[in-house]
Amino acid sequence: MFRPVSSLASTLARTSKTTALFGSKSAIRGFASASLPLRNAGSVSFTLPEDTFEGYNIDTPSREVTLTNEEAINMYTELQRVRRLEMAADASYKSKLIRGFCHLCIGQEAVPVGIEFAISKEDAVITSYRCHGFTYTRGGTPHEILAELMGRHTGISKGKGGSMHMFTPNFFGGNGIVGAQVPLGAGIAFSQKYLGKNACTINLYGDGAANQGQVFETYNMAKLWNLPVIFVCENNKYGMGTAASRAAANSEYHTRCEYIPGIKANGMDILAVRRAIEYAREHCLFGKGPIILELSTYRYGGHSMSDPGTTYRTREEVQHMRSTRDPISSFKMRLIESGVATEEQIKSIDKDAKKMVDQALAQAKQDPEPPISDLFNHVYAPGTEVPSLRGRVPEETHYFNQ
Amino acid sequence: MAFRISSSFGLSRSAASRLGMRMTFPRLSMAARYNSTTTETITVREALNSAIDEEMEADPKVWLLGEEVAQYNGAYKVTKGLLDKYGPDRIVDTPITEMGFAGIAVGAALSGTKPICEFMTFNFAMQAIDQIINSGGKTYYMSGGQVPCPVVFRGPNGAAAGVAAQHSQDYASWYGQIPGLKVVSIFDAEDAKGLLKAAIRDPNPVIVLENELMYGTSFPLTEAMKSKDFVLPIGKAKIAREGKDITIVAHSRPVQFSLDAAEKLAKEGISAEVINLRSIRPLDIDTIIKSVKKTNHLVTVEQGFPVCGMGSEISAQIMESEAFDYLDAPVCRIAGADVPMPYARNLEDLSLPTEETIYKQVKRVLNVQ
Ligand SMILES: Cc1ncc(C[n+]2csc(CCOP(=O)(O)OP(=O)(O)O)c2C)c(N)n1
Ligand SMILES: [Mg+2]
Repeated sequence: MFRPVSSLASTLARTSKTTALFGSKSAIRGFASASLPLRNAGSVSFTLPEDTFEGYNIDTPSREVTLTNEEAINMYTELQRVRRLEMAADASYKSKLIRGFCHLCIGQEAVPVGIEFAISKEDAVITSYRCHGFTYTRGGTPHEILAELMGRHTGISKGKGGSMHMFTPNFFGGNGIVGAQVPLGAGIAFSQKYLGKNACTINLYGDGAANQGQVFETYNMAKLWNLPVIFVCENNKYGMGTAASRAAANSEYHTRCEYIPGIKANGMDILAVRRAIEYAREHCLFGKGPIILELSTYRYGGHSMSDPGTTYRTREEVQHMRSTRDPISSFKMRLIESGVATEEQIKSIDKDAKKMVDQALAQAKQDPEPPISDLFNHVYAPGTEVPSLRGRVPEETHYFNQ
Repeated sequence: MAFRISSSFGLSRSAASRLGMRMTFPRLSMAARYNSTTTETITVREALNSAIDEEMEADPKVWLLGEEVAQYNGAYKVTKGLLDKYGPDRIVDTPITEMGFAGIAVGAALSGTKPICEFMTFNFAMQAIDQIINSGGKTYYMSGGQVPCPVVFRGPNGAAAGVAAQHSQDYASWYGQIPGLKVVSIFDAEDAKGLLKAAIRDPNPVIVLENELMYGTSFPLTEAMKSKDFVLPIGKAKIAREGKDITIVAHSRPVQFSLDAAEKLAKEGISAEVINLRSIRPLDIDTIIKSVKKTNHLVTVEQGFPVCGMGSEISAQIMESEAFDYLDAPVCRIAGADVPMPYARNLEDLSLPTEETIYKQVKRVLNVQ
């Protein structure tokens, strides 16, 4: 699980300055409207575009972002790895190495990566079935993820969970029932508070999930009990084939709770995601209770592998998002324009990312299936099992402690 | 979610013989098992679609709601074309809010209309189960018979392929336990058409359990099925294949496995009677009793968990009946394994009954090698 790049990066992220987070409107400095990056002594500053954030009952975060060159490179590297990972999953599905449902986050990479660069390993993350990117950013290796997708014993859930159910320390899945992870996320925050941890929970759900009743039940309890939870609505504009506006009476998801403040941020911009999460995290860790973020983003592919994703939106729309809003190309441009990296360096990062994923894929393909003896493991904690679990027929019954 | 179209099965031999068709089906590939030029066929999906269509045409009070049912034509395309035909007032796309829209369906049913509430799969109906049971299933009784609830809850039930624990459960025995509900489980196109139409016409709340992996399967379209008044009685099982040595009772997709096993057993001189339950509640125990009195052996097959499952209930009812005295061997339950559904194929395979499982158990029960 050792990944030098991202662990270094998260250390850097943790120590980065977050002092100018509140009261952004007054914090605009001399180069406010200039989007030209400023660069000195191994770090680079950007001013995010004016429409990056919208606030609801709270000031928006500062649009001035400074990061070290190293962080910037690491962020780019992680974006590229997540995309490569998803492309490998896509190809493997098409060659029938992966079964069942498989939901990719191609187009949405800035969300998991931006979040990871704003939080610590102590913070918790929980999300829906569209979880491969988060599994990676939360410490899962491409090999463990691809092996899980192929139902191998070396998979991150030992082949038992598949595409929708992946977990790492402080990443609580990988949940298949739309919206059901949201109360869980608040429960995780409850424990964090109860245990006196200096940590919060990033509680992600889609624009479709945002309408589930339990989301609103959770808002209420989270506020009532002042839980350190950041609700993050990952608004990719569609819940399966339903456009957000056809499912939500109010599709400004950051404004959907009158007693919890909200921020909408450009979820296609990794710096905006990171800044918004830093800001929200500060809010939570300050003891101010829950906050809602809406990250506007876009999935390029269909909802899952069996949905072509073209009957409810136009090809032009998808093409337009790809060519004008892509989180990776736009960040790449920033790095090149600011002189943080050359075209050549970027190319070599891309190549390395592909190589890393290709190697993981090759390894996963060779890995064995889970042993048959695993069927009855993990139903209960070892040593506390029920005496037996029946198989399909009496002879297949498995007895514990024997 | 998958919008996969599966066509795992062709017409079974027994289905053909039921129809009095003199045809032989070479046991070639599944797709080649049924030659569609010789007789008209219909898929389970089309049968469901036409059942809804005909009932909506006949009764303006019938309307349908659910996720992706209208503009997307259904997650599994069961409601294809209905929005175009009936418009958005009668074919209603909902947000992903199962408890809310199931409750709305019940409320509408209490007050003069006849909603068909589609769950994208029954796994998601767990979000709504309180409305189905507490509001849908009990209001008529609690009101002393004053407030009927003619609602249909339908959608795919049971395991699909490779979708792991949260998307692979069979709820037949869950709903089958509830007084006030009627529950049917669909195997073929005839069941689909006849039982869904019956469910829509029934003045009570009816749960219609379908199976995603059967949607694309073709079955013969009989003259009887073409009638707009083709309904099957809820509460009647069907003898899907006659036999004299052993009774195999199944519902949903395992009916096919049972028919295939019976076919294989026949080659060895074992004559198995296969009963397609069709109705979970009421359970047609009389048909099973009659069969057991003839065959003296009983095997039950389901994909659900074994504990408190359909097999448990059938076994108990057989014990309570005169058929008990006719049994030459204990009843054998074949069920899903008692574990959450694993993703990996090899483990998933061990979690679900197959033709082979049934074949072997029949021989074990009959004590033949
Ligand atoms: C309770 C429940 N209902 C329905 C589904 C089927 N389903 C899976 S994903 C999905 C769409 C969710 O959309 P959204 O929340 O916007 O997330 P996205 O897929 O866009 O990331 C639906 C309807 C489900 N898994 N769980
Ligand atoms: Mg969405």
